Amino acid sequence: MSKKKMKTMAFEEPLIELRKKISELKEYTQTVDVDLSSEITSLEERFAKLEEEIYENMKPWDRVQVARHPERPTTLDYLPLVFKDFIELHGDRVYGDDEAIIGGIGSFEGQPVTIIGHQRGKDTKENVRRNFGMPHPEGYRKALRLMKQAEKFGRPVICLIDTKGAYPGRAAEERGQSEAIARNLVEMAGLEVPVLSIVIGEGGSGGALALGVGNQILMLENSTFSVISPEGAASILWKDAALAKTAAEAMKITAPDLLKMGIIEHMIPEVRGGAHHDTTCQAQLISGAIRYSLKELEGLSAEQLISQRYEKFRAIGVFTE
Amino acid sequence: MAMIRDIFKKKRDEKEATIPSKAAKDVPEGLMTKCPNCKHITLTKELENLGKVCPKCDHHFKMTARERIVHLLDELSFDSVDDHLKSENPLNFPGYSEKVQADSEKTGLNEAVLTGTGSINGQQVVVAVMDSHFRMGSMGSVVGEKITRAVELATKLKVPFLIFTASGGARMQEGVLSLMQMAKTSVALKRHSNEGLLFVSILTHPTTGGVSASFASVGDINLAEPKALIGFAGRRVIEQTVREKLPEDFQTAEFLLDHGQLDAVVHRSKMRETLSTIVQLHVKGAGSDV
Repeated sequence: MSKKKMKTMAFEEPLIELRKKISELKEYTQTVDVDLSSEITSLEERFAKLEEEIYENMKPWDRVQVARHPERPTTLDYLPLVFKDFIELHGDRVYGDDEAIIGGIGSFEGQPVTIIGHQRGKDTKENVRRNFGMPHPEGYRKALRLMKQAEKFGRPVICLIDTKGAYPGRAAEERGQSEAIARNLVEMAGLEVPVLSIVIGEGGSGGALALGVGNQILMLENSTFSVISPEGAASILWKDAALAKTAAEAMKITAPDLLKMGIIEHMIPEVRGGAHHDTTCQAQLISGAIRYSLKELEGLSAEQLISQRYEKFRAIGVFTE
Repeated sequence: MAMIRDIFKKKRDEKEATIPSKAAKDVPEGLMTKCPNCKHITLTKELENLGKVCPKCDHHFKMTARERIVHLLDELSFDSVDDHLKSENPLNFPGYSEKVQADSEKTGLNEAVLTGTGSINGQQVVVAVMDSHFRMGSMGSVVGEKITRAVELATKLKVPFLIFTASGGARMQEGVLSLMQMAKTSVALKRHSNEGLLFVSILTHPTTGGVSASFASVGDINLAEPKALIGFAGRRVIEQTVREKLPEDFQTAEFLLDHGQLDAVVHRSKMRETLSTIVQLHVKGAGSDV
């Protein structure tokens, strides 16, 4: 993929401008006989500085945009880079196969694991097929089936979270969207194997949490985890969806926020500018984080894993006695 | 044209005629209650004797948590717990603390759920009753904490846990902390369940969003009150998404029963008896002649 085609975001505009200027200047020097190399060097230095400034000081709303970037790597992008021998397993054995969630078995650095992840599309056609990564009840029931299978065979479960939320549709309600999510929360609480939940993009409300009751929750630096989208929050709280940017800051939905609140265990750094700039490198960073987290959980008995998960979620909440 | 105008004119006149006359205003506030469904007017006292169910159309009025306790449990058997927990304002939302304070004064509760121990026909249970008059019954840190502690208490006492749900879902003003209460209550319920203990969820109007998508839907037995609104997503959101008109009874208790999502819809006048029987049938060694 060429970088030129990549969608840019508003906060990156100054960088794009400067990059354009530099390349114009470079072209110009080739056509006329003037030495502008010192100017170009100084501009390039400025570019590097600006890049650092912008990417090191990303605001919550900037991160929301990165998390939603159409080119942002998805579960399927990371799968072959992080895992080996992946075999997809379909269906919930009750109603159907929901392609908004994919799941299967594979190995992580030699260790068999079960992998489950939300899957959105990258173009319209795929998005229709995958329902924009917004699962129906059968998606959650497939996930639960595969978790139970993992438990039987004693392998860790690794969930990749990337959804705007569970699908709000008629069929979803008829087939028990609420029950499917609720069931996962309760059953994940009792899994006798290590469970890692990694937010790789958007973590939208209950539809995300249904894969989120892990021994550890990890978040990519530019991912979000929230009770409602910034737009939804703005329209409920201030009756104006245009205030989404303000809501994104107020709601504390970014990885650094959740790390500070003690809700997640680790934040996985992203390549500069966001995961979409270098999927391979990002996959390595994710692999490193999985290795580290599995190591931390290594040696815990089934009972210990369950009580560690209990204590983790038991402790969340802010109130006075 | 003139005729059309006449039609409208007539209607307008009719409308005006239904505006309550001065005489109606002379009745002291609260003495009579009008059914929002069939407009039937009942003496408030009589309505309370009927468990707040309209004698004409069976509409189940919303109950406060305290009314529910009185209606359900053995007299004077209820002991509330955790009334001292207070919500904070973790995200510093302007006006949030004041709203919680105001609802607390209005309802006499510390938060949108009342929890404690009590008995039904002499059988000990732990109950949690949500109250939609308190911030629409929404779940923040304290609601999650109180329910979790109630479940833990039931586990410790080895007794059934009953919950009456009434909630718009997770509370926006506490952000992701509210979302995580769904997981917190779930881990506690799993422990309770592993002990072989009974959990009955009774869904009342309205039970939606994050509450519907957590403890409300995972009872060993899920009951609901007639016509209660129960659903994951809001009706308007769904209509906008699927661009079709939804059936009238969409997301009602009866709709859910039809689609296999509930064990039974139970009339309020039968609730106490039904729950008593269910609890009785789960006593270890039940079935022998009592």
